[in-house]
Amino acid sequence: MQNAMNVSFNALGENEAFSRVAVASFAAKLNPTVDDLAELKTAVSEAVTNAIIHGYDSNPAGIVYISATIEDGEIDVVVRDEGQGIGNIEQAKEPLFTTRPEMERAGMGFTIMEHFTDRLEIESSTSSGTVVRFKKRLAGKRVNCV
Amino acid sequence: MVTMKAEAQGKVLIIRLTGELDHYYSEQVKEFTEQQIDANQSQHLIWNLSGLPFMDSSGLGVILGRYRQVNEMGGSVTVCGLNTQVKRLFQLSGLFKIMYVDQTEQEALDRLGESSCKTL
Ligand SMILES: Nc1ncnc2c1ncn2[C@@H]1O[C@H](COP(=O)(O)OP(=O)(O)OP(=O)(O)O)[C@@H](O)[C@H]1O
Ligand SMILES: [Mg+2]
Repeated sequence: MQNAMNVSFNALGENEAFSRVAVASFAAKLNPTVDDLAELKTAVSEAVTNAIIHGYDSNPAGIVYISATIEDGEIDVVVRDEGQGIGNIEQAKEPLFTTRPEMERAGMGFTIMEHFTDRLEIESSTSSGTVVRFKKRLAGKRVNCV
Repeated sequence: MVTMKAEAQGKVLIIRLTGELDHYYSEQVKEFTEQQIDANQSQHLIWNLSGLPFMDSSGLGVILGRYRQVNEMGGSVTVCGLNTQVKRLFQLSGLFKIMYVDQTEQEALDRLGESSCKTL
């Protein structure tokens, strides 16, 4: 049985805590480990921060959309903005690459999302904005026996 | 919510953070820490993160930014009290290569020669 949630909110930094808690509470029914839940929250925080500061250039009129689906012990999260988009996705994904060094960004957001989830997909266009999608298995993890 | 406390011991400044350090709070932490470094003329910085269950790349940015600031003056940065999630962020971003890691504040202070027993 599939279960889905949707939230949208203004591009305000103060909504970041709310957004990651919302996804984490939704995921809680899968009984994730403390570490998996922390990783999920971090990935959400990275994607939402990017939508706010890069997508919307911190303009609070922008709306950030999150939808999440749970199926077969796996959570699938989509974070979307209708902001300025990413010109070069491959470059954006490189560790330490940032277009905003003056804001003291570390350029680690996408690298963290990649390491903390099982699969990361980025779609972006400079006319319609950015969609970041990631999946993470939280329950019934298969043990890889050699 | 993030709460920030500072304590200066000689040339060493200890910053203790509690809460969840994200983009929203990173600017406050930056201003507070910069101000404390200036006010105390601190050379070395110790971040005590034992009260921090969560941090994201915004936190890495502030810590890296203060590293640059302190390093320019010949000082060092130490982090202590890292939980599993925060430790992984530091590993991924290579911060352990440029900063000291200790279990506790006291260990860091001892190494920096600012322990309470230094006059003995
Ligand atoms: N939603 C988005 N809209 C527009 N550009 C984006 C978006 N997300 C990421 N980017 C671009 O991709 C770059 C890399 O993103 P990433 O999250 O890896 O690093 P950062 O946000 O710059 O730094 P950090 O995440 O460490 O604070 C950003 O600097 C920005 O140029
Ligand atoms: Mg980012």
